Amino acid sequence: MADYDLIVIGSGPGGYVAAIRAAQLGMKTAIVERDSLGGICLNWGCIPTKALLRSAEVLHLAKNAKDFGLKIDKIDFDLDAVVKRSRNVAKQLSTGVTHLMKKNKIDVIMGEASLKKGKPAPTVVVKDKDGKSKDYQAKHVMLATGARARSIPQAGLEPDGKLIWTYREAMVPDVTPKKLLVIGSGAIGIEFASFYNELGSDVTVVEALDRILPVEDEEISTMARKQFEKQGLKFHTGAQVKSLKKAKDSVTAEVSVGGKTESIEADRVILAIGIVGNVENLGLEELGVKIEKTHVVVDGFGRTGVPGLYAIGDLTGPPWLAHKASHEGVICVEGIAGANTAHPFDASNVPGCTYSHPQVASVGLTEAKAKQAGHKVKVGKFPFIGNGKAIALGAGDGMIKTIFDEKTGELLGAHMIGAEVTELIQGYVIAREGELTEAELMHTIFPHPTLSEMMHESVLAAYGKVLHM
Amino acid sequence: MAINITMPALSPTMEEGTLAKWLVKPGDTVSSGDVIAEIETDKATMEVEAVDEGTVAKILVEAGTEGVKVNSVIALLAEEGEDADNLEAPASAPPAESKSAEPEAEEADTAPEKATDVKDTKGAPPPEPDAKNGTGGSFGGSHVATELASTPMKLAPVGSGSDRIKASPLARRIAAIRGIELSTIKGSGPHGRIVRKDVEGAKPGQAKAATGAPVAPDGLILPQVLDDRVYAPDSYELKPLDGMRKTVAKRLTTSFMQVPHFPLNVDIKLDKLLAARSGINEAAPEGVKISVNDMLIKASAMALMAEPECNASYTDNGIAYHKSAHVSVAVAIEGGLITPVIFDAQSKGLATISEEMKDLATRARDRKLKPQEYTGGTFSISNLGMFGIKSFASIINQPEGMILSVGAGEKRAVVNAKGDIVAATVMTVTLTCDHRVIGGAEGARWLQAFKRYVESPESMLL
Repeated sequence: MADYDLIVIGSGPGGYVAAIRAAQLGMKTAIVERDSLGGICLNWGCIPTKALLRSAEVLHLAKNAKDFGLKIDKIDFDLDAVVKRSRNVAKQLSTGVTHLMKKNKIDVIMGEASLKKGKPAPTVVVKDKDGKSKDYQAKHVMLATGARARSIPQAGLEPDGKLIWTYREAMVPDVTPKKLLVIGSGAIGIEFASFYNELGSDVTVVEALDRILPVEDEEISTMARKQFEKQGLKFHTGAQVKSLKKAKDSVTAEVSVGGKTESIEADRVILAIGIVGNVENLGLEELGVKIEKTHVVVDGFGRTGVPGLYAIGDLTGPPWLAHKASHEGVICVEGIAGANTAHPFDASNVPGCTYSHPQVASVGLTEAKAKQAGHKVKVGKFPFIGNGKAIALGAGDGMIKTIFDEKTGELLGAHMIGAEVTELIQGYVIAREGELTEAELMHTIFPHPTLSEMMHESVLAAYGKVLHM
Repeated sequence: MAINITMPALSPTMEEGTLAKWLVKPGDTVSSGDVIAEIETDKATMEVEAVDEGTVAKILVEAGTEGVKVNSVIALLAEEGEDADNLEAPASAPPAESKSAEPEAEEADTAPEKATDVKDTKGAPPPEPDAKNGTGGSFGGSHVATELASTPMKLAPVGSGSDRIKASPLARRIAAIRGIELSTIKGSGPHGRIVRKDVEGAKPGQAKAATGAPVAPDGLILPQVLDDRVYAPDSYELKPLDGMRKTVAKRLTTSFMQVPHFPLNVDIKLDKLLAARSGINEAAPEGVKISVNDMLIKASAMALMAEPECNASYTDNGIAYHKSAHVSVAVAIEGGLITPVIFDAQSKGLATISEEMKDLATRARDRKLKPQEYTGGTFSISNLGMFGIKSFASIINQPEGMILSVGAGEKRAVVNAKGDIVAATVMTVTLTCDHRVIGGAEGARWLQAFKRYVESPESMLL
């Protein structure tokens, strides 16, 4: 006899959303969490970093108050208070998840989960904080255990929680490092680099690939780098950290750039060199779950191949994004329930956002990838300086770029850099999901004055019809 | 900016047409009113006139292309001072290049494959009618002079189904490029919507075969193909259906299946009419020569006025009684049949009718009739007398309520009022009626009136 229709292991944005959807579909559902409801995203990821970056943004505006005709004599910040605000935001949302679980009658089981052979799905063993174990049997089990920062101990790229940080320590700093070295220029690395730069740290970013934000469109990477450099950030691209040597209160990095080795000294180092899936200690090997490069292999509906066992979110591989996890969680549950809204996961339409200053957002193919894929493209670009709202906001830096297939008018990709672009990108995501072509986008009325008008202009520009340029 | 020349809608119901011929080539200068192309619609070849002036920059749709959607851009016109060579074709509104549609390699897509073995994910609800259908690619007003066909009667066109297709704009675009008929595809998107991957999985060839034959709106007609085992393909010559042939097939099939036809026939003595005709023609000025048919057109119109309940059309909303007699006259032309209309024939003199008829028939044979010249009739006449046909019953020309089939006028032995057998010139006419609007008695009364006018032609003068 099964205790539940579905047990979800992990309560991050993938797991708890899946649990809610399952409850909506009438499944008796439980969720297992070893730490805090909401997982990394709510507690140690997306949300608290946005709170920190908001503080940095307000600080930035205050520093530039005179541009807006305002006078602020003394500008300072209280690091503890900034961190406290961020923690409170996280706490508020975690409490919110608790309420959501209660409201949807989802049982929350606190403890560390592992799996053993069972019928009709693997049995879930939960060890509570006192070390006591209990078995739970469900018809379906969903793994949503997420991922963590990657480390490379051989090169000394291993967090110690004191001098060498991961996102987790970087989020609750006790000091503002005078000199900060960020290793990795993906979204996480860039967001922290942007944050600490605003707080006054002297920040250097090292990236192994030849440009920063390497998953973004090349033009966007270049624009981002220029803007960051204007703010004082330093970059080493095509650079490899060979070793990290720790002193008492500083770290020296040996970095090889273009055949030459350079030493960079810093007070603190943030490791942002990628993500590994939390696949360990779950008993996956015994069950025969297929794992590749620390990630569980699944199909478009999250099925692992082991009867009754599913996996979603960061655990199943890139892009490591909360909204991808939530979406997969819903798809997986709907697949289990046989809901007629079920559709397999489509990795090509996951938007990506970086909340640095400036923000970066994108969906679909970059221009280079579109061409690689054999598309003849039409590219439209519109600069923030041509938009009334952007100028009024004092945010004239940035660009919106759209890429269309010349033959079909398909919106292959959209790439943005500048103020609030993370709030704009969804318009293009909807366009892509709805398979709109340039014609519908051109016919759409964008409200004035808004930043969104640039989305229209970019499309018009791709077809030589741009209005405000 | 370049001026788009778009495929004109030559009639309110026209959705696509064949671009038959270009009369200009890139580099030619055109001014407003110049004839630039010929378009073959379902019934006729029409001339397309330029509205704007400029230089023809690019021809986007080749002559001979079939199925060119209304409003798609067919050519570009450069304005004065513009470099014709540097104009770019708009990527939207691509013409339906069914000929040049190149089959693309199917794209690998792992997701749907994985989806197929998931239990119970089928059962998407059937397609719902789409409020806005197929407007993608329209570029506003047509830049080509199009005289829209006048429709004096607001009658629902026969066979315009309300089964609209729900498809994403991108799916429509790809289907148009590749020459795929959307109606042949099953949608896998929300609410049965056809999405890109559905279209990319479809094969253009297969779709064409399925849509080649005209299909009745109720789907009762089976695909019409010759069985190769019975008729060896080399034993006949297959001539593709042109727009006219398709329309004739569709309209007559629909009419014969939808309309309850019944025929009434009567013999009519022609001697007086022939005598009157000789007299008229002798008295007529140079160049005017009234035919028997002209007089029958006039007599029909007069009879329709005398029996107005016969000048009627069946519609779902009620029976439309037409106030005027617009007589359609069947004209056989190369490759089909067309029915130009003598409007208000009851009030036109024989000379006018004759003159109009000559002009219409000539232009019909050249396929130069405008749609408003062959639609809008309220009654039809078909005459096969010149072939010696004694009697025949035509198929109703919807939405008209009756059609008159005229046989040969011939000397016959008739019994006169005194009981003597005498020779007289007699023809047999058959009136086919739509029984939904015309009963046997009404039809008979109309024939009586018609007979009276023909046998006493002077009464037409009353």
